[in-house]
Amino acid sequence: MSTTPTIVLVGHGMVGQRFLEALAERGLTATHRVVVLCEEPRPAYDRVQLTSYFSGKSPDDLSMTDMEFIEKHSIELYVGDAAETIDREARKVTARSGNVFEYDTLVLATGSYPFVPPVPGKDAEGCFVYRTIEDLLAIEEYAKSRATTGAVVGGGLLGLEAAGALKGLGLSTHIVEFAPRLMPVQVDDGGGAALLRTIEDMGLTVHTGTGTQEIVADASGAVAGMKLSDGSELAVDMVVFSAGVRPRDQLARDCGLTVGERGGITVDEQCRTVNDPHVFAIGECAQAADGRVYGLVAPGYEQAETVAATIAADEASFTGADLSTKLKLLGVDVASFGDAHGTADDCLDVVYSDSRSGLYKKLVIGRDGTLLGGILVGDAEAYGTLKAFTGSVPPVSPESLVLPAGAGAPAQLGPSALPDEAIICSCNNVAKGTIRGAVTDHQCTTVPEVKKCTKAGTTCGSCVKVLGQLVNAELEAGGVEVDKGLCGCFSQTREELYEIVLALRITSYQDLLDRHGREGARGGDGCEICKPAIASIIASLAPTIGANGYVLEGEQAALQDTNDHFLANLQKNGSYSVVPRIPGGEIAPEKLIVIGEIARDFGLYTKITGGQRIDMFGARVEQLPLIWARLVDAGFESGHAYGKSLRTVKSCVGQTWCRYGVQDSVRMAIDLELRYRGLRSPHKLKSAVSGCARECAEAQSKDFGVIATSNGWNLYVGGNGGATPRHADLLAQDLSDAELIRLIDRFLMFYIRTADRLERTSTWLERIPGGLEHVRDVVVHDSLGICDELEKLMAAHVSHYRDEWSETINDPEKLARFVSFVNAPDAPDPVVGFVPERDQMKPDLPLLSIGMRPTESKEAALEGSAQR
Amino acid sequence: MTLAPETTDLKVQLQLADGWFTVCDLNRLLPGRGVAALLPDGRQVALFRDRRGELYAIDNRDPFSGAAVLSRGLIGTHQGRPFVASPLLKQRFDLVSGQCLDDESVRVGTYEVRAA
Repeated sequence: MSTTPTIVLVGHGMVGQRFLEALAERGLTATHRVVVLCEEPRPAYDRVQLTSYFSGKSPDDLSMTDMEFIEKHSIELYVGDAAETIDREARKVTARSGNVFEYDTLVLATGSYPFVPPVPGKDAEGCFVYRTIEDLLAIEEYAKSRATTGAVVGGGLLGLEAAGALKGLGLSTHIVEFAPRLMPVQVDDGGGAALLRTIEDMGLTVHTGTGTQEIVADASGAVAGMKLSDGSELAVDMVVFSAGVRPRDQLARDCGLTVGERGGITVDEQCRTVNDPHVFAIGECAQAADGRVYGLVAPGYEQAETVAATIAADEASFTGADLSTKLKLLGVDVASFGDAHGTADDCLDVVYSDSRSGLYKKLVIGRDGTLLGGILVGDAEAYGTLKAFTGSVPPVSPESLVLPAGAGAPAQLGPSALPDEAIICSCNNVAKGTIRGAVTDHQCTTVPEVKKCTKAGTTCGSCVKVLGQLVNAELEAGGVEVDKGLCGCFSQTREELYEIVLALRITSYQDLLDRHGREGARGGDGCEICKPAIASIIASLAPTIGANGYVLEGEQAALQDTNDHFLANLQKNGSYSVVPRIPGGEIAPEKLIVIGEIARDFGLYTKITGGQRIDMFGARVEQLPLIWARLVDAGFESGHAYGKSLRTVKSCVGQTWCRYGVQDSVRMAIDLELRYRGLRSPHKLKSAVSGCARECAEAQSKDFGVIATSNGWNLYVGGNGGATPRHADLLAQDLSDAELIRLIDRFLMFYIRTADRLERTSTWLERIPGGLEHVRDVVVHDSLGICDELEKLMAAHVSHYRDEWSETINDPEKLARFVSFVNAPDAPDPVVGFVPERDQMKPDLPLLSIGMRPTESKEAALEGSAQR
Repeated sequence: MTLAPETTDLKVQLQLADGWFTVCDLNRLLPGRGVAALLPDGRQVALFRDRRGELYAIDNRDPFSGAAVLSRGLIGTHQGRPFVASPLLKQRFDLVSGQCLDDESVRVGTYEVRAA
């Protein structure tokens, strides 16, 4: 044990966690004992996305620490235990808990602390900083209970985030910035003006060129106002200091390590402290070899990699880093990259400015035409490409890169024009060549695969769009014919087929196949993939294109999968299960009794589903109409459990019963379920409505989930449980009933229009170019001008809805299909048998006998059957 | 549903060991879908009709699950040949030869079928 060298890491923030990952990647966790001291009460989390806590992310969502990873690599992680002293002579660290750890290598990743200007009253009750999850929790509590007006001291990056958070908490918000413009580090005067205009339009009050002189407290010691350097006074009841950060280097100072003039532990190019070869410093607490203290996560990551490589005796060095950033602050895109302020000799600016619409774009160009840097405010679409071109001469003129669409038709400068060494993902330092390699050498064919393989696009996500373009370009260049066709019968995607059906009002599958199918498939019988997919498209659009909305009518009956054809769910022994709709999960005792009686009379197995309804199993085909005659009679209708369509809208009891509820979640769930019932879609749709933020209905795991707020409803989209769980993303906040329904109408119809076959909203949201932001632009801001059409399509669906089962039991010709045997309609299928289990019954599975094959390879045949 | 008048009195018949066995009226077969039939010896047959009116008959039992469900699968055309996809796990079977297209070691029985 004592021979195993020990690495002690002090600080478990984003950079610390990356350092642990880098150690593991190099196999160093196997050869070293690794001890981590983490001062905060929770392990590493995503501080960059801190503000997303206020748009619905929980502290757990923000976590970056996979406890399985920690355990798998036997890392000793001490959470809530800070390092107190370092004895470099004895090579020992003493923690607050009293634990003492000997080290061979010590890595300091203590980060930084918020700078609070030394103004009188800065410690009054109601003064906060904005740095940790704990800070946010305290701000939230105070804002909700004790404040109506807040001020943020500092108009930089974090200050604007803090201001957005206060505004989101319902406070009138002031921003006080000492510099003459907002975000003085990142943008110039022009960019600051564009930003100011947009932020004031949102209702925030900005005071630039103004210092904070004093925080005024009332008799109880709580904040009551603040005095500014221009002599004015603001009546505020809370203050958030966000005036920059300072390196946390006290621990290093105390043990005699050298620190820079303005703080930061002085290190060399290997991030080793200049005094002690056994001690390293990385991240915001370190002053790098170029004399700078980096406050961004990407350089910190690079330093973490450098130290891990150094310990592994690989050659690596950190000589400096790019300070490019792209952010969305209060909904405004702000980006700066390279030499944004034009500090190089002889450089020239190319500027496009339209302060009316809050647009400002500046490129800094060298004498020889080299792109040196730039600033983008209001529209940072071109950031990924421009940043990658920095340091080279772009193949088109600079002005065409900043002009808006329509004004001089800007060149579409694709990422394919970039050199291989251009950095595409600066958070993880991934070059274009690496991404190309992922496609050519590692057989990645999709963006999610490339993200996994290269880590590109996994931190801030701003390069994902460029990634998609690169992957496609590479696949095409590699001669990989990317056949995006739906199946062997159609070369079009589902989305393209949807557009064809809608535009040409095609109501027949055969017509579509014969006119638009692949050459060899025309005139044939299609296949099991395209038939249900086309049937679903026709059903979704039925009222609009003039098709019959009844899925068993005419040709449509022949296109449906067996579940839709028998309006029930096929189970493994050939029997079916039956699920009546129970909107919102609310059911009266009489109806419960009917279900119980039917299940008893037909000998069905009953089980409560995850979607708050009741599933009855074991019905034979010929029993389905008899069961449904009784269900319809009792007022039930189809639950569409068999369809690629809306399943259920779960709910909690909401404010009607629950002492925490703030809205009537049951009523909203019922309204939504009745509105979207029967809507055929690319895959099943699940939903839920929670009556308060406690989220008992688990709405964030649904395709569209609704959570009540005191002001209305928050709408989340793209959630999923199942094999690849995904938390839903917040689409819009504090909606009225009508706004909520209108937005869901648009969202669902846009999904139905553009998703692939069997693509849930979660994968769709990950796949479509632009992701959530694009969907929000389309359905909230109507950027494509199609919202009117989407709403009309949904209105047509709602007004034409009919219950499939009541229609079927009243149609003798359709009922004739519900027979076991065409020549012996009342003879039960002898293969369907049952045996008792736990007071009910279960399928008595037929013995398997694969025909036409020798018996000894039965096992192998069954394995092979799973290949498709 | 539209039925061609000239086919209404035709019967679907299967060739069994002791001659042609009449199953049902031809109009009970919806183009593109199948039905199940029970033979006198207890075996089950899946009968299909494609869009050109061709008839096919194979064993109804899905050899991968043991359930008698092949008649409830969707039919299609693969490289010019007709097939049915099992409604359970979607393995495809050639309607003429009974050969499974996704596992060459598996085949289901076939029957000669006619409309008369």
